[in-house]
Amino acid sequence: MKALSAIGRALARAGPIVLRASPILALCAAWEIFARSGAVTPFMLPPLSDVLARIYDDAVGGDLFLNTGVTLYRALAGFFIAVAAGLALGMAMSRNALARWFFDPIISVGFPMPKIAFLPVVILWLGLYDVSKITMIAVDAVFPVVTAVIAGIQGVEKELVWSARNMGAKDRELLWQILLPAALPQILTGMQVAFPIALIVAVVVEMAMGGYGLGAAMMQASRFADSRGVFAGIVEIAVVGYVLVKLMAMGRRRMLLWHAEAGA
Amino acid sequence: MTDAGATDAKAAKAISPGKIPELMKPLLRYAPLLILALAWEASSRLGLVSSLALPPLSEVAAAWVDLARSGELESAAAASLYRGGAGLALAVIVGGALGIGMASWRPLNLMLGPLVELFYPMPKSALIPVTVLWLGFGDGSKILLIFLGCMLPVTIGAYNGARGSDRLLMWSARSMGASRLRMIWDVVMPSALPEMLNGVRTALALSFILLVSSELIAARQGLGYLIGSLGADGSYEAMFAVVLTVAMLGFIADRVYLAVVARAMRWRQ
Repeated sequence: MKALSAIGRALARAGPIVLRASPILALCAAWEIFARSGAVTPFMLPPLSDVLARIYDDAVGGDLFLNTGVTLYRALAGFFIAVAAGLALGMAMSRNALARWFFDPIISVGFPMPKIAFLPVVILWLGLYDVSKITMIAVDAVFPVVTAVIAGIQGVEKELVWSARNMGAKDRELLWQILLPAALPQILTGMQVAFPIALIVAVVVEMAMGGYGLGAAMMQASRFADSRGVFAGIVEIAVVGYVLVKLMAMGRRRMLLWHAEAGA
Repeated sequence: MTDAGATDAKAAKAISPGKIPELMKPLLRYAPLLILALAWEASSRLGLVSSLALPPLSEVAAAWVDLARSGELESAAAASLYRGGAGLALAVIVGGALGIGMASWRPLNLMLGPLVELFYPMPKSALIPVTVLWLGFGDGSKILLIFLGCMLPVTIGAYNGARGSDRLLMWSARSMGASRLRMIWDVVMPSALPEMLNGVRTALALSFILLVSSELIAARQGLGYLIGSLGADGSYEAMFAVVLTVAMLGFIADRVYLAVVARAMRWRQ
């Protein structure tokens, strides 16, 4: 324990980047050493260097970019459809009692349901191609957005609404200029919940239906007992997920700059 | 959805002014679901959609009864719930311990923090082929998948909760001679609990997604597998019955979890 905290202190002096990267490098080294030690077969765990070589080959051959592009296209298309639909539905439900009455039980029952169980139904209705994949992604990602929009609009300070009304804001102006901007932090949080779901579902639908994409490539490798391909796939998907989630967090900070300023 | 649910009374009032008897309230609230069910039945009975694409709800219900009578549904549900339960239990125990450990002991945080941050955004469904490669098509691969996939939300919840524990309480415990472990058990754990339980709710939803996906893609047993095989056989009534069963199980699990947490956390009020 003492030795470990000494190492920790030594690392703390080495600068934050080295410090944060070192556990990741250690994990990579452990993977390589463990895989080469003979304790496991290369089929169970191919060495990291082999996996990276495989990713390099895929990149040179162009497959990597094709598959990444296709997966990104599906995930982002589904996600943005979910955001648009979620905004529209959430706004309608906050303004219209009838819409709220009709959709509230549907959303509160539908949110915790594992929508992915409907995958075979979606395949039955829409086939195996992009339409059904994107539909499945959008259906799964829409729920966190709707609930965030409703909760965000409900949470807007009453004083803000009253003053806007007092200054003669019409319903439409109130919605676009007061309610939505004030609810933006919560809406963005809902989007940040929805996005990882969209990625998870994108990978699942590709695995289940095939037709290019990172998930489909992994499944294909798995079928041919190509374990390097499987591990290359998991590294690629992890990198894509990490980069996109970080980009979203950065986008959020940019979009809320004015909000923090307005609050100060 | 408690936020939207709270506005319900207001919505109801707006639609039918005047007094609504207490008994009618839940009926009015869930009427839209009833309308959807009726629309389903009507549209396929009237031939608006092919009954191949959407078998009437009544036939789906009949197929559900048949499946339940034959015992097929129960054995598949038992297999699925065992996998989900075991994976989730492991995720909660290990994930919670890791989160509290990281919050209470800095070296652990320095070692694991960057790894948690790296793996948290990974779409967990990518682990499906890997766990199959390691453990095959049986229970083991699903339990491992759900354990790995659901652990990090619990870890992050427990970590944030434990880090927010009251310094004053910790100092008092210290000054009264509590050992480090004693303090973690008596002070840090209770204060980490609410946020950790939120993390567990996320993990619960995730466990259903991973369970059903992995059973649809690579299994020979369980509800997801049953959906896939019934669909492949073309017995769509039965397939819809199992799909609805899985969806309802997910919904019920969430509501039961919320009720249990509300009961367990009453000491906080």
